Order: sequence, then structure tokens, then C-alpha cells
Amino acid sequence: MIWRIEPKALLWAAVLVAAALVLVNLGALGAVISRSEHGATLTPADWAAARFTVTQALWSAALSVLLAIPVARALARRRFFGRGLLVVLMGAPFILPSLVAITGLLAVFGRNGLFNEALALLGIAPIRIYGLHGVVLAHVFFNLPLSVRLILQGWARVPAEHQRLSASLGFGAWARFRHIEAPMLTRVVPGALAVVFLICLTSFAVALILGGGPRATTLELAIYQAFRFDFDLGRAAILALLQAAIGAAALLILARLTLPDSGISGLDRTAPPPPGGLARLLDASSIAMAALFLLVPLTLVVLRGAPYILGLPAPVWLALWQSLKVATLSVGLLALMSAALTLAGLHRRWPEGLGMAALIASPMVIGTGLFILIHPISDPAHWALPVTAFVNAAMALPFALRALLPAARRAEADFARLSLSLGLSWRAHLRLVLWPRLRRPAGFALALGAALSLGDLGVIVLFAQTGGETLPMQMQRLMGAYRTGDAAGAALLLLIVALAGFVLVERLIGGRNADA
Amino acid sequence: MLTLDEVTITQDDFTLRADFRINAGARVAIIGPSGAGKSTLVGAIAGFVPLAQGRVLWEGARIDTLPPAKRPLSILFQDNNLLPHLTVFDNVALGVNPNLRLSAPQRASVLHALEQVGLEGFETRKPAQLSGGQISRTALARVLLRARPLIVLDEPFAALGPALKAEMLDLVEGIAAQNRATVLMITHDPEDARRLCPETIVVARGETQGPTPTDVLLADPPPDLAEYLGHS
Repeated sequence: MIWRIEPKALLWAAVLVAAALVLVNLGALGAVISRSEHGATLTPADWAAARFTVTQALWSAALSVLLAIPVARALARRRFFGRGLLVVLMGAPFILPSLVAITGLLAVFGRNGLFNEALALLGIAPIRIYGLHGVVLAHVFFNLPLSVRLILQGWARVPAEHQRLSASLGFGAWARFRHIEAPMLTRVVPGALAVVFLICLTSFAVALILGGGPRATTLELAIYQAFRFDFDLGRAAILALLQAAIGAAALLILARLTLPDSGISGLDRTAPPPPGGLARLLDASSIAMAALFLLVPLTLVVLRGAPYILGLPAPVWLALWQSLKVATLSVGLLALMSAALTLAGLHRRWPEGLGMAALIASPMVIGTGLFILIHPISDPAHWALPVTAFVNAAMALPFALRALLPAARRAEADFARLSLSLGLSWRAHLRLVLWPRLRRPAGFALALGAALSLGDLGVIVLFAQTGGETLPMQMQRLMGAYRTGDAAGAALLLLIVALAGFVLVERLIGGRNADA
Repeated sequence: MLTLDEVTITQDDFTLRADFRINAGARVAIIGPSGAGKSTLVGAIAGFVPLAQGRVLWEGARIDTLPPAKRPLSILFQDNNLLPHLTVFDNVALGVNPNLRLSAPQRASVLHALEQVGLEGFETRKPAQLSGGQISRTALARVLLRARPLIVLDEPFAALGPALKAEMLDLVEGIAAQNRATVLMITHDPEDARRLCPETIVVARGETQGPTPTDVLLADPPPDLAEYLGHS
């Protein structure tokens, strides 16, 4: 029985958000389709881009998840100094601007990177980071930690009794794997693969820096190139159509899999460590390799950027200001959209499904479509800020809802009857019951949105003219102009800004633990 | 008087029929096997479970059409009776003013209720800093403060040890006496029924039986209850 009538305005707000998302997605797709009818056909290069997009996403997903399994297992069953910090660090690449990570990877694996210097000492020819393996390497850098966290949650959900049972029955490594770990992994791994695959399918910044050329161009990158070098809207449109088709096909296939929660709980439970020196060695080396793989590039970003950060030229600081404006607007939009969809989604299904599919057309497809729509009536450069902010907010929306909706539904399940029996009005229920329960996940979600927006290099490149660049875009220009020192300084600045943005928003919105 | 007039509750393929009267001021236990529908019955009285048929009346006036807060009762659930982010004071104050904007006399009444359940000085604590017994006392302070004529207990003390549970039942008895309230209490422990409730309703096989004097019932239980209690 639902005795409390939710305000009509709330439902209307949710419908409005839904309409905006559907209109932008369909409008962009419609614009793209109408434009692509004029002339252009798919060239062999376009098909190559489509193939490369899928190939690199498959490789990235497979490697990220495969490598994540031993790391997650080691983290699940070992206690050591710095373990908590390492688990937190596993969340960091998610809020790390892609250009910063790429800078760090170049410092290790690039032409003059540490790795090649070491090879040179041994008299071995240097490796090249550019191309398929570079793109996959960068994707693994981002998605290995994400996969570790997802799989770690699978481990945390194995009942402690089962672990103790396996210890008390004297299971060996094989028996434990077969009866305890394998059943859990078959539930968790497909979802993790799907998440990483979907993320890599719309890769732009990584492909822009480490890919390129006929053999390593993703569709998102090809869309940008059609814009930037040829200003061929028809070709961009047909590429966008292809990207949208692949994305939709992947979603349809993967929709059957249950996607794992990207939650933040249950990561500190541990299983009893198995006996045996070999297992110990395996765990220790997995953890050490993962930590090195994540920490060395980031450390190099800090070390190489520090000498240049204060002397950065004026356009970089201007770009920082632009980035802050975009991120502020984006977080505001994200707050409105996720609040409306969460509250309307307490007792309904559609707001959740809609929010999860907020960017069913990829960022570049939306960008292309909006550009085509705006171009005849207004200068797209004037729209760079709102369009980027909106696309960033829509990118973060699925993650925000994944944090907010379960918490909101749990609060409702736990306290709705109490609140009804005491006669709390809808407003009082919101103020005294829901908001205190949602504050922390909301802080996390909006902080994620802030960091994503501050670090995003995406649709902005289609819209912004000189003077309107965001910080990541300005940094990419410095890299393109081989101004290595300034680029390193900008990378450090971007890293600091993204992390500070995350921490600031999380503290400001999330506050302290309300139950303590 | 609480009257359940030919009430039928249907949930999926579960049906419960209830037709009984409880006198004002009575203290009645509800006992029966798990899954028999004790919580469902209480939920229907409190307004959380819809009726398929029949009426629920209090002193002759129909209450099953009212929202939960307008019904003449206070209910304690098995858990989640307190909001974990609010202090003890605020949790009790919700009982006098759901918006927590209290007048001076209202504040005084909250403090008085806390004093009566023995929680003086605990006002600023949060539930996480309380023991199980103190959590129960906080919830009871709110029941005391609301002073509704019917108190419904859906096994709120099930997780407490025997001594603490007995203490809480005595506190309930005191509160009921002070407010001249009727008590309706779900339990799975016949000792609880003996301690607090002179009368008992049995819920089994989709029906309610009673109320019957608790002593008589427990001395010679009908077959369903005997099976549940383990006398055979």
C-alpha cells in the first residue's frame, strides 16, 4: 500500500530529464542519419576503423580481467601494510584524466621512457608504444584496477563460512578453485568483461595519442578526424552511424549479462590465507606487479611535471578556468538528473533503465549530431561549454545511479514503514530519512562526475575554437606541438585539479558519516 | 475495542481470515508457527498490508481506510525502529513532531519520556552508540510519548537476552498502564505471553482463534499450537 503521495513536480522533473536524454540521443542520431544520406559511403579505411574498435576493445577487456583475477585473489586473502591504500588506489584510475595516464605510460614505455632505457642498457632494441598494443596497454592501465575492484567484490560475497569450510575440510588449491572460486568467477567475470568492453568501445583520447594511422584508428577518432582535417560532416555522420550501430549491437548482446555493481562496499573483508609458499609467492608478485604498473607512471607524471607547473603559459591557466566552468555546470546538471531519476525510481523501473542508457549513442556521435543541428543556426563554438557539460553529466549518470539507487531503495525498504507510521510528510521524509541515507553515495557520485568532467577530452574538441579550450584539450595541443616541458607541467596540473575536484566535492556533499 | 470484522488478507497464494474483538485495555499475545501470518495480520491492522475483504474498527469507527499515522496505534517493528543518523532525542521527538521543529513544551515532553525509560543523559547519542536494550528503550520512549490507545509489538525484543527482554516487557506494561493502552504483541515464546498478556490469539492454517485466556490455552493447547510448542 502506498499511502504517501509523491509530489507531481517530482514525476514531471523525471519525465523532463528523460525527455531531454531521449531527445538528445535520438536528435543526434536523427541528424547523423539525415546527413549521412548525402553521398558518403564507407571506405575500406572506415571498415578498418570499425574492426580496430572492436578488436582493441576485445583485447583490452580480456587482458584487464585476466590479469585482474590473481591480483583480486591476492588482495582478498592477504593482509599487509598498505593494503587499504592499494584498494583505494585501484579506484583512482577511474577518476584519472586519460591524458595524465597516457603521459605517465609514455614516460615508462615511450621512446625515451624508463623501460626502453633499461632495454638499451641490456643492448636490446627499443619497443614502440604506438599502435594496437599501446592502445591496449593504456586501456589495461585504466581497466585492470576497475576489474580488480569488481572481482574483489565477488570474493567479498563468498560467505565466510564457505572459506572456513574449505579450510576445515583441508581443500587443496585445486579443490578450493573448483568448489569455491570458479563458481564465483563464472558469475562475476562475464559482467566485468562486458563493462570493460563497453568502456573501451568508445575510446577516443587513448586512440588519439597512442593510436592513429590506418591501422590503429577507432571510430570515435575517425569521426574527429573527418571533422578536423576534412570538415566532412557527411563522412563524420556515416562513421557516427557505424559507431552507434556497433554500440547498440554490443549493448543488446551484453544486456543478457548482469552487470556487477560498481559499489564501494565489502572491499575490506578477507578470506583466510591458504598455506603454502607457492601461493604466497604468487600473491606477493601479483600485488607487487600491479602496484608498480599503477604507481610508476603516476610518480613519473609528478616528477616530470613539477619543474614546469608554476611556469605554465597563460593559455593553460585560461584553459583551467574554462575546465572549472564546464565541470561546475556538469556537476549541477548531474545532480539534477540523478536526483530526479533516483527519487522517481524508488518505486518504478523506467528511470533506472533510462539513466543507465543515458549515452546509448557515444559521446562523439552525440557531439557530431549536435554539431550538425547547431551549425546552420548558430556558431557551434558558442555551445562548447553547455554541450560538453551535458555530455559529461550524461557520461557520469549511469555511475551516479548505480551508487544512488540501491542506497535509496535500501533506505526505503528499511524505513518507509517507520516514516509512514509516524506520519512524516513527503518533504520531511526526504529531509529526515532519504537525504541522510543518500548523502554519502551522492557525494561519491557527484565527485566522480566532477573528476570525469575535469579530465574529459571528448566532444569539446569538436566544438571549441582557440581560446575556448578546456585543460585537457590545451594539454593535448601542447603535446601535439612537442612542447614536452609544458605538456608535462599541464599533466601534473590536470592530475591535481581532477583529484582535488573529486576530494572537494566528496567532502562538501558527502560530509561525515551521519551514523557515527 | 479493536474489532476485526470478517477480515480477509490475500497475498499471492496466501490467505488469512481474521474475525475477533479485543477489549480496550486488554493485553493480547499473538502466537503461532512462523509463516502463519502473524506479521501480516499486524501489518493489516497498522496499515501496511491491504485488506481483501472486511473491516478493522476502533471503538466502532472504521480505521482500515486511514493512512498508518492516522490510526490510533503505535507500532514497533522487529528492527529499524530508529533512524541511525538521528540522535536519541530526535528519534523520540519524531513522535510528537514529524518535522522535528519542536516547541519548548514539546522538547520538555521528549526529555520527560526519555527520563521515564531510563535514558536520561543519552539525548545526543546516535543509535550506533547504544546497546540493544537502550535501542529498545528509545523506541519505547517514543511509544510512551505518542500515547496512542493501541500499542502493537511485532517482536521488537526478539534479539535481546531473556533478562533484558523481561525488563522491556515490564516497561511496556508500565507504559500501557500509564497511557491506559491496549497491547497487541506478536511472540514466539509462550513465556512472553504468560508474562505480559492475559489473553492470546493463535494464528495457524490461515485462521485466527481466540482471544483465549493465556493460562488455559497453554495448559491445554489445540493441536496446531501443541505441535508448534513441541508438546505431543
